[in-house]
Amino acid sequence: MTAVLPDQLGHFGRFGGRFMPEALIAPLDELTAAWQEAMADKSFTDEFERMLREYAGTPSLLYDATRLSDVAGARILLKREDLNHTGAHKIRNVLGQALLTKRMGKTRVIAETGAGQHGVATATACAYLDLECVVYMGEVDTERQALNVARMKLLGAEVIPVKTGSRTLKDAINEALRDWVSSVDNTHYLLGTAAGGHPFPAMVRDFVRGIGDEARAQSLELLGRLPDAAVACVGGGSNAIGLFAAFVPDTEVKLFGIEAGGDGYETGRHAATITAGQIGVLHGARSYLLQDEDGQTIESHSISAGLDYPGVGPEHSWLAETGRASYRPVADAEAMESFRLLARTEGIIPAIESAHAIAGTLQIARELGPDATILVCLSGRGDKDMDTAGEWFGLIDGNGKA
Amino acid sequence: MSDVVALGNAGTAIRKANDEGRAALVGYLPAGYPTIDGGIDAIKAMVDGGADVLEIGLPYSDPVMDGVTIQRAAEIALAGGLRTRDVLATVEKIAAYSDVPVLVMTYWNPIERYGVDRFAADFAAAGGAGLITPDLIPDEGAEWIAAADKYELDKVFLVSPSSTDARIALTTANCRGFVYATAVMGVTGARDQISDLAAPLVSRTKAATGLPVGVGLGVSNADQAAGVAAYADAVIVGSAFVKALDAGGAAGVRELTESLAEGVRREPRKPVDR
Repeated sequence: MTAVLPDQLGHFGRFGGRFMPEALIAPLDELTAAWQEAMADKSFTDEFERMLREYAGTPSLLYDATRLSDVAGARILLKREDLNHTGAHKIRNVLGQALLTKRMGKTRVIAETGAGQHGVATATACAYLDLECVVYMGEVDTERQALNVARMKLLGAEVIPVKTGSRTLKDAINEALRDWVSSVDNTHYLLGTAAGGHPFPAMVRDFVRGIGDEARAQSLELLGRLPDAAVACVGGGSNAIGLFAAFVPDTEVKLFGIEAGGDGYETGRHAATITAGQIGVLHGARSYLLQDEDGQTIESHSISAGLDYPGVGPEHSWLAETGRASYRPVADAEAMESFRLLARTEGIIPAIESAHAIAGTLQIARELGPDATILVCLSGRGDKDMDTAGEWFGLIDGNGKA
Repeated sequence: MSDVVALGNAGTAIRKANDEGRAALVGYLPAGYPTIDGGIDAIKAMVDGGADVLEIGLPYSDPVMDGVTIQRAAEIALAGGLRTRDVLATVEKIAAYSDVPVLVMTYWNPIERYGVDRFAADFAAAGGAGLITPDLIPDEGAEWIAAADKYELDKVFLVSPSSTDARIALTTANCRGFVYATAVMGVTGARDQISDLAAPLVSRTKAATGLPVGVGLGVSNADQAAGVAAYADAVIVGSAFVKALDAGGAAGVRELTESLAEGVRREPRKPVDR
């Protein structure tokens, strides 16, 4: 692992690259140049770090989860990204890209959102940095997530329901790309995950890599050594790549990505892109994706909206292919058991996305044994998921009362 | 300007029209819309109405370069069970019907999934003339370029108002047939006015290549076609054909084709300088 990835054209081995309309190539080149210059400019990185520290509340804690560890049978350390402002790791990416938007002199930001978490984070960053904000959201999702639509509107964003295709996250991305082709002069597309055409996978990784950089230093301080494994959930894969980036060169640290197994891998109703997908091209990059025999995208299924995406960031496909990281699915039911387990053992209600990582960690703990120390990215908090959890566990009666 | 101009199949047809003192008319319809047979009849109506080159769309689940009209048609075609092999069968039937070159416009993933070389072989065997690839840039296109060269298929890449001169040079150097100039920064769909970005883009493109340059995105009627024909070698019309098909069936498609064919003949053009 000595080569610097991606290459100049955004390739991680055979993955990544740019499968985008020519109209966006020159703007992507400008974005790449602006991002690379910004990252080399101390005034930019200092301001980014100041915002993360003073506004987002990082570095997030590394928490020794002793009661969960007792149940798991190995020592579990939780990287508490759920404690960040807006309740997830996503604030790191949106602050980085929004600050870059200002630096490029653009005044308008567009974003896609599934359940609304990235939309809320983007609207937050735009309010904070005084940028116009438009969020594309599948019509189905605007109905399911009315509270997040209200949050975005309160923060000053315009929310546009997407009525084409499956009317969910992937169609929101399509619609944001259509907007961007016609608005790129004054608009930045603030993509919510480490996917898409170059430079997005590398740029988003670098904005969220504080997760792993902090956790690595915190582990050394706490343990005097590195953990034996690092675990994160993978939808598009931003929190996972943010955790993994710091550890990729440390080959003694095993890396595990936990995908959404939905109704169960065997049912075909899941979002386990790397586990079950094939290599193809979607939303600008070559990566694993869920597709049919003709290369048409298949809709994904997961109880977790944040993992419910039929693609995955290209660097994860690369890490999987090279064997540096391994990926496995965890079904809805197993994730929900871990959701409750973390609430009961540690008094922490995780995002359902993060509950997948906990469920995967329980499996990995059994495999690695009692001497192992496992670092887990607790990527977000679960307040947003209480409707789903209330329904799943029967905590809410027929009249909607707890 | 390059010395060797790879006119290929579509380029030869476009230059034949240009030699008649007019721009060529390129007509687009998706395969399988509203049904497989209905789509074939509609494409034949473009031939009968006087289209010089045909573009058959391969419906795709995530068409980021298309506006609502073509998106909706693609959704209906796929919901009707259209497969990639049905698109190839459509090409075969149209190629057997006339000598008008048949291009397929396709997003990249369906071709990659089919197998690039295998698709090129089957497509060439069906009588197809080449591919237009809206989300494949030559930088990522080595496999397609090799297959197209092997089976002598046209490679139509796109240039955009945002393309730098360096990118236009790179892109046109990899084209065979013609160069597709997108008239606007935006997606497919009829527009009230043709963008003022189109003419400068055509002139920048012609400075880089001797290939014919076709202009698409937003052209929907004979007056607009006549306007574009004044500076472009080919006028490309898509969404308007889908709307004509919705409103008037194959007869409506033929009527629009005839009207556009009149449009591209309205202003006499100077012979192409080669």
